[in-house]
Amino acid sequence: MREMIDVAIIGSGPAGLSAAIALRKRGLRQVVVLERDSEAGGVPRHCAHPPYGLREFGRIMTGPSYAQRLADDARAIGVQIRLLHSVTQLLPDGVLEIATPNGRQRLQAKRVLIATGVRETPRSARLLSGDRPLGVLNTGALQAYIALQGLIPFRRPVILGSELVSLSAIATCRSHGIRPAAVIETNARPTARFPLTLLPRLLGIPVFLGCAVTAIHGTDRVEAVTLQSTDGGTTRDIACDGVLLTGRFLPEASLIRASHLTLDPATQGPAIDQFGRCSDPRYFAAGNILRAVETAGWSFREGQRIAHCLAADLEGRLPSASASLEIRAGDNLKLVLPQRLTSPSKALGKQTLELRVAQGVTGRLRLRHGDVTLYERPLTALPERRILIPIGALDLANLTGTIVAEILT
Amino acid sequence: MNSHLHSADRQDVAVIGAGVVGCAIARRFALTGARVIVIEKAADILAGASKGNSAILHTGFDAPSGSLEWQCMQAGYAEFLDIRERLGLPLLRSTAILAAWTEDEMSKLDQIAAKAWKNGVTDVRPLSPAEVLAREPHLSRTLLGGLLVPGEFLIDPWSTPLAYLHQAIANGATVLRETEVLSGRFDGQAWTLETNRGAVLAETVINAAGLWGDVVDDRLQVGRTFDIRPRKGQFVVFDKAAARLLSAIILPVPTERTKGIVLTPTIFGNLLVGPTAEEQADRIHATVEQATLEQLIAKAQAILPALADMPVTATYAGLRPATAHSEYQIRHDAAHNLIVAGGIRSTGLTGALGIAQHVAKLYNERHPHKRPESNAIWPTVALPVLAEHEARDWTRPGYGEIVCHCELVTKREIEAALTGPLPAGDSSGLKRRTRAGMGRCQGFYCHARIASLTQGRFTTPLAIGSVDA
Ligand SMILES: Cc1cc2nc3c(=O)[nH]c(=O)nc-3n(C[C@H](O)[C@H](O)[C@H](O)COP(=O)(O)OP(=O)(O)OC[C@H]3O[C@@H](n4cnc5c(N)ncnc54)[C@H](O)[C@@H]3O)c2cc1C
Ligand SMILES: Cc1cc2nc3c(=O)[nH]c(=O)nc-3n(C[C@H](O)[C@H](O)[C@H](O)COP(=O)(O)OP(=O)(O)OC[C@H]3O[C@@H](n4cnc5c(N)ncnc54)[C@H](O)[C@@H]3O)c2cc1C
Repeated sequence: MREMIDVAIIGSGPAGLSAAIALRKRGLRQVVVLERDSEAGGVPRHCAHPPYGLREFGRIMTGPSYAQRLADDARAIGVQIRLLHSVTQLLPDGVLEIATPNGRQRLQAKRVLIATGVRETPRSARLLSGDRPLGVLNTGALQAYIALQGLIPFRRPVILGSELVSLSAIATCRSHGIRPAAVIETNARPTARFPLTLLPRLLGIPVFLGCAVTAIHGTDRVEAVTLQSTDGGTTRDIACDGVLLTGRFLPEASLIRASHLTLDPATQGPAIDQFGRCSDPRYFAAGNILRAVETAGWSFREGQRIAHCLAADLEGRLPSASASLEIRAGDNLKLVLPQRLTSPSKALGKQTLELRVAQGVTGRLRLRHGDVTLYERPLTALPERRILIPIGALDLANLTGTIVAEILT
Repeated sequence: MNSHLHSADRQDVAVIGAGVVGCAIARRFALTGARVIVIEKAADILAGASKGNSAILHTGFDAPSGSLEWQCMQAGYAEFLDIRERLGLPLLRSTAILAAWTEDEMSKLDQIAAKAWKNGVTDVRPLSPAEVLAREPHLSRTLLGGLLVPGEFLIDPWSTPLAYLHQAIANGATVLRETEVLSGRFDGQAWTLETNRGAVLAETVINAAGLWGDVVDDRLQVGRTFDIRPRKGQFVVFDKAAARLLSAIILPVPTERTKGIVLTPTIFGNLLVGPTAEEQADRIHATVEQATLEQLIAKAQAILPALADMPVTATYAGLRPATAHSEYQIRHDAAHNLIVAGGIRSTGLTGALGIAQHVAKLYNERHPHKRPESNAIWPTVALPVLAEHEARDWTRPGYGEIVCHCELVTKREIEAALTGPLPAGDSSGLKRRTRAGMGRCQGFYCHARIASLTQGRFTTPLAIGSVDA
C-alpha cells in the first residue's frame, strides 16, 4: 500500500522549506518534506558565517541559525519533515521511491517539488592530474568537517578558485587555525567581486591568477601541487597538505538524470517553465537545483514563488503546460532559465529570465524569435554573475516555437 | 602485534603480498590445512596492482595458446564460477563484443575467432553490424562488425580477493598488515623473514609481491629472474546514468602490445573506459593525466556517442606488474622452499584462483595435504554485496543512516567494514569494501561523516585534528 499526499518536497534547504511553509500557509494539508540528512536546513547548516536571513527574517544570521529558524518555522506551521528519507527514484504520476532506515517506501503525491540544491565539481570531474592522495576536498566537505563533525582535514591547503565560496572557505580556514598556502585561479582575474577579492592578500595568502594546478603530489596525503601559468609559461611547486576545490557548482540532479524528466544540458538541472514546472507537469523544481548558483535568499524566495504556482496548479489555475515557447541559450551564453515560457500570467511564477555566461563578454544582449528582436540592451557580463531580463518586458502574445537568447559582440 | 608471537610459531607457508594473487594462494593452502601467514606491507590488502583494474573475468579467448597464463585463466575462471555462490560473490554475465571499426580490424576477426576456438572458448561467434546494434543500440553506427564472446563477465575486483582471504582466515590463516618483508634467510629447513615488526618463521615462502616481486626476490637473496616494469593504465568512470547505454563489454581488436582500451559496464552500475598502457619506473605512484583522460573520454564518446552528455564520476589509474615477458613468471625453487608467483601482468584477477591451484600443485609435489579440502570451512557471514544488480544493504531495514548518498552506502555497511577479522586498514580499503565516497560527488556530502565514523581507526586518518583541540 502506498501513501497518497498533497505535496512531497525533496530537500529541506532554503528552497524546499520556504516552499513548504508557503504551501501550508495556503492551506494545503499534507505537505511532506523528504530530507536524506539527519537534520533539516540544507547547505546553510554548515555555512557557519553570516550573512543569511536579512530579507527573509530582517536580521543577519549565520547559516546554522538560519537553517534552524527555517526548520522551526516549517514544523510550527505543520510541515512534516521526514529526516533520513532518501528519495532514490522519481516515477511518473508523482510516485517516489524512498529509502528509509525502516525499509523502502513508495509515496504518491499530487505534486512533487524537487529542491535538492547544488554541490561543487569534485577533483575527478575536473580531470585534475596527479596522484590521488587524501586531502583533496570541496568547500562543502570542509565545512561539513568543521561545522558538523568538529574535525580538521588539513592545516595548509591550497585553495583552487576565486568564486565567492572560495572567500567563504578562507574565512572558515582562518577561524580554525588552517592557513591556506595559496589561492589559485585559472582566469586572469578573480571571479568574485572587488573588494572581497582583496581578502586573501590582506590575510597574507599568496594569490596566483592565470595559473592552473597541473599535478597533485602525495603518497598517502597531499604533499605538494605543481602550478603552471595558463599561458604555458613557468611552473612551480607549492608545498601543502590539502587541495581545496571551490566552486564550479552544479545542480545535484542525479535523480533527474535517472528519471523520465527532461534535463537541460546547459544548466545541468531540470528544464522548467516560469512556474517551475518540469517536463512532467506533476513535478516542479525550485532553488539551486535549477542552476548554479544563487544565494540562500534567492533560493528561499524562489521556493516561495514556485510554491504559489504549485498551489495554483492544484486549484486548476495554471495555464496548460502544452502551449509553451522554448528558450535557448545562443551565442556567448551558457544558460537560460526558465527553459520554457507558458503564455505569461504576469502575477504568477518567475518574473525574470536568468542568463549566465561562461566567459567574460561585452556586447548586446538580445532575445529573438526568428528574425524578430524581442529585447535588446548593451551588456558587459562576467561568469557567475546574475543577468536578468524581466519577463514582463517581453511581448510574447501569439508566439510559438523557439526564442534564442544571445550576446552579439 | 607482538613480534615474538610470529617468530615463535613456525608457519608452513608465508605468503608475501596480499594482492589478489596472494589472497587466492593463501586461501588455497589454508583449505587443505596448511598453517598460512600472509604478510602485507600496506595498511590494507589490495594496495598494489590489484587496486585498480578493469574487473573483467576473462575467458582467455585471446590468451597465448597453451601458455601457463592461459591455463591459469581457464582454471581460475572455472573455479570462480564454481565457488562464487558459496562465497557470495557477485557476477554480471555481461558478455563481451569485440568490435571492429576499420577494415584492417575486420580482417583480424577470423584469426581471433580461430584462436578462441584453439583456446577452448568455442562459443565465440561473429556478429554482423546489425546484430551488434540490436544488442547494443547506442553504439556508434560506424561499426563494421564484431565477435561475440559470451563468457566474458564482470566481477567485483575488491570483494572477490577479500572473500578469498576471509576464507583463508576462517581456515586458520593469519594476516599481518603494515608488515614489510625486509630480508629473508633460508637455513636449509625453513625461512626466517625479517620484517619491520619482527621475524616470521615459515617452512616455505611464496613471493606474491606483485609490483615488488623482483625486489622481494632480491631481499630473499634468491636471485631475481625478472624485472618488474610497471605499466600504467588510466581509467575514466562515467555517471551511473550512463549505465543504461551499454550492457556488454566492448573490447577493441587487440594489438601486439596491449589488449587495448575497453568500454565496459561495471558491476557497480557505472560505465568505465580504459586502460591505457604506459610504461614507467615508479611502482608507487599511478597518476592520472588530464590530457590522457580527455583522450579516453573522446574514445568512449566515439564508441558510444550518447556519452557526450554524461558527467564523469571518477578517474583512476592502476599499475600492471609487467615484465619483459608476456607469460606469468611462476617458478619453484625447491632447493630454497620458495615459490615465486610474479609478473602477473594483466589477467591476475581472472587467473588468481588458477595460479593458486598451480602453486599448490608445485608445493604438493613435496608436501601432502594436511587435511582433505572437503573439510574446509566456508564462511557463514557473507560480505556486503556492492553489485548494483543485487539487493544492496540500503534496501533492507535497520541500516541506521545512509552515509554516502551517491552510492547509497549505509552506516551498517561502514561499521561492518570496520570490524571482523580483516577490518579496513585505511580510507582506500574502506572505499574498496563499501564504495563510500566513490560516487559522483566524490565525498562532497559524505567525506566528513566518514572521517567521523572512522576516527581512531586508521594509521593515516581522514581528519588530522579536531576543532576543539
Ligand atoms: C559549499 C557551498 C557553500 C555555499 N555558501 C553559500 C553562502 O555562504 N551563502 C549563500 O547564500 N549561499 C551559499 N551557497 C549556495 C546554496 O546552494 C544556497 O545557499 C542554498 O542552500 C540553496 O538552497 P536549496 O534549497 O536550493 O538547496 P540546499 O540548501 O542544497 O538543500 C538541498 C537539500 O536537499 C537534500 N537532498 C538532496 N538530494 C536528496 C534526495 N535524493 N532525497 C532527499 N533529500 C535530498 C539535501 O540533503 C539538502 O538538505 C553555498 C553552496 C555550497 C554548495
Ligand atoms: C590497468 C589494469 C587493468 C587490469 N584489468 C584486469 C582485468 O580486467 N581482469 C583481470 O583478470 N586482470 C586485470 N588486471 C590484472 C590484475 O589486476 C593483476 O594481474 C593483479 O592485480 C596482480 O596481482 P598481484 O597479487 O600479483 O600483485 P599486487 O596486487 O601488486 O600485490 C602484491 C602485494 O604485495 C605487497 N608487497 C610488496 N612487497 C612487499 C614486501 N616486501 N612485504 C610485504 N608485502 C609486500 C604489495 O603491497 C601488494 O599488496 C589489470 C591490471 C591493471 C593494472
